[in-house]
Amino acid sequence: MSILVDKGTKLLVQGITGSEGSFHTRRCIEYGTKVVAGVTPGKGGSNHLGVPVFNTIEKAMAETGANASLMFVPPAFAADGILEAADAGIPLVVCITEGIPVLDMVRVHRYLKSKSTRLIGPNCPGVMSPGKCKAGIMVGEIHLPGSVGVISRSGTLTYDVVSQLTSLGIGQSTCVGIGGDALPGSTFVDILKLFQADQDTKAVVLIGEIGGTMEQEAAEFISHKMTKPVVAFVAGSTAPPGKRMGHAGAIITGSAGKASEKIKALSQAGATIAPTPAEVGLTTKKVLGSL
Amino acid sequence: MKIHEYQAKALLAQYGIAIPRGKVASTPAEATEIATEIGNKVVIKAQVYAGGRGKVGGIKIVNSPAEAKKAASQLIGTRLVTHQTGPEGVPVSKVLVEEASNVARELYLSILVDGTSRLPVMMASEAGGMEIEEVAQSAPEKIFKSYIDPAIGFQPFQGRKLAYGMNLDGGQVGEATRLMTNLYKLFIDKDCSLAEINPLVVTAGEKLLALDAKLNFDDNALYRHKDIQELQDKEQEEPLEIQARDWGINNYVKMDGDIGCMVNGAGLAMAVNDLIQYCGGRAANFLDIGTLNNTDRVVNSFKMFIADPRIKAVLVNIFGGMARVDVIAKGIVEAYQQMNIPFPVVIRLAGTNLEEGQRILAESGISFIRAKDFYDGAHKVVEAAKGAVK
Repeated sequence: MSILVDKGTKLLVQGITGSEGSFHTRRCIEYGTKVVAGVTPGKGGSNHLGVPVFNTIEKAMAETGANASLMFVPPAFAADGILEAADAGIPLVVCITEGIPVLDMVRVHRYLKSKSTRLIGPNCPGVMSPGKCKAGIMVGEIHLPGSVGVISRSGTLTYDVVSQLTSLGIGQSTCVGIGGDALPGSTFVDILKLFQADQDTKAVVLIGEIGGTMEQEAAEFISHKMTKPVVAFVAGSTAPPGKRMGHAGAIITGSAGKASEKIKALSQAGATIAPTPAEVGLTTKKVLGSL
Repeated sequence: MKIHEYQAKALLAQYGIAIPRGKVASTPAEATEIATEIGNKVVIKAQVYAGGRGKVGGIKIVNSPAEAKKAASQLIGTRLVTHQTGPEGVPVSKVLVEEASNVARELYLSILVDGTSRLPVMMASEAGGMEIEEVAQSAPEKIFKSYIDPAIGFQPFQGRKLAYGMNLDGGQVGEATRLMTNLYKLFIDKDCSLAEINPLVVTAGEKLLALDAKLNFDDNALYRHKDIQELQDKEQEEPLEIQARDWGINNYVKMDGDIGCMVNGAGLAMAVNDLIQYCGGRAANFLDIGTLNNTDRVVNSFKMFIADPRIKAVLVNIFGGMARVDVIAKGIVEAYQQMNIPFPVVIRLAGTNLEEGQRILAESGISFIRAKDFYDGAHKVVEAAKGAVK
């Protein structure tokens, strides 16, 4: 098993005809993902990469039965794209777009409260269930099917961690990039709940970073609700306060935002902390060995 | 993005929030003129992008235009070092000259977006004039919060709750509610990430006045606020960070070490800096080159390292995903062709189009130190910076 995406995922791509949308849709298809529709307003009725293109998500869902959306819509229009997807009732939206204004996302979150759509991202690499479905921009080859769930706020750091796991023969059930923004659609806790309930996930690797309090909330969940082992790393121990470290959400604005506070909370909750980002794989191996 | 206090106050005034009478001055002569015009006791405030001015002489209360001139000349053209700046401080090129207010009480008011509820939150406290983090530590019961539903906006009942929480009474409750409503409107209209009035004072005449103001803006929303973009004072920012942006490198932060870093992805870039420290070194910068389709940003990253006299060695750590390793490799070769690289460079490559990238580097004949993985790269660059490896 896996979470969020699997062999039954019928993917729709919002912004399929753009350069990034095209590039990554092709790679998703090559990986074996069922891409059933594309949506680009004004290009409905055409065909792109062998995929039918529609003007609206509603029409695309009605015609193809799409049940998840992968979004490559420019930041100024992305909030509207998420709202359209939620209004159409699609169960899952994975938003890759980086740079969406925070107040646009405040309105999106308010709207999503009344809808059943789950949002992953924005500003994320997407969701990958190795061997089943790639709904994102991550490198396919570095993944291996298996039973470790991965959740991360980062993209390339996750690739590094996943390749450490794979090179040690540790496969992944699903890898979820929740994104580097301050207001992600799904939090660590949201995804930990899914991994805890997933029969085929034996352990979880959590990659956090400075800023916000999501890691502390994850720690709370891990200590009270999680029976599966969690391996954690938090990036940004050396980041100076008040500076935005690339990600919109990676800024230390109070003591809770510091890496040391997050590591302390996760450690006290029973997570095993990887001493360095280069040792997440080895730490996971040890934890799995003691199961 | 940050702006100066005088600019923040002008925006508050546009939204109907009362501010002290005053003007900004760029010279001591201008300051004298403004002080004469105001005619009372005035306050001279250094305009810098940093808090903690009052504790280091950045705010002076004077009694006459002559004293105003003296105070302004002591500030303009100097650099102010506060607990929020580095040891080199920030330049003072303007001072705000304001009528001194007769303060009865100092309050606190702010709006920001709360990450947990994902809603704007208005915070108010009767403990104004000090940093809110200190109040949160010492007297958390004095902080009142109201979460704002973006669909209906800030409501009068929320204003009353916060106003009573600050122990305001009578007509001040209505006045405070109107002020909060206006501040929320400004926050939304201009895509602020922080709007803070600290202190918000009750004057001896029982009026509410924004004595200090701080407005920060969401960088991702600046594209729709040309008026705000124009307010940016580049002098207040780190020169290397300005240089990086001019060269198309948006995610660059100066750090205090001597190892230059070029990484793709913000999380990986932070992790690289952490690992360098773990191996006994210090990064000179955080640099996320992001996703690129051409080699310019790679070449410009090397220009950044050359422009930074502290650099003793450089680590390139790329895990190609969106960014392709072959493009990065081409960029590195171009950088070596265009400039003399005076420091050792450690390169670790992985991911999309790795073989092609490695071939490009090997065939170019450039001299560099190859690292097999993440840890190896950090370890080797720390050794190289110490001069142990050439």
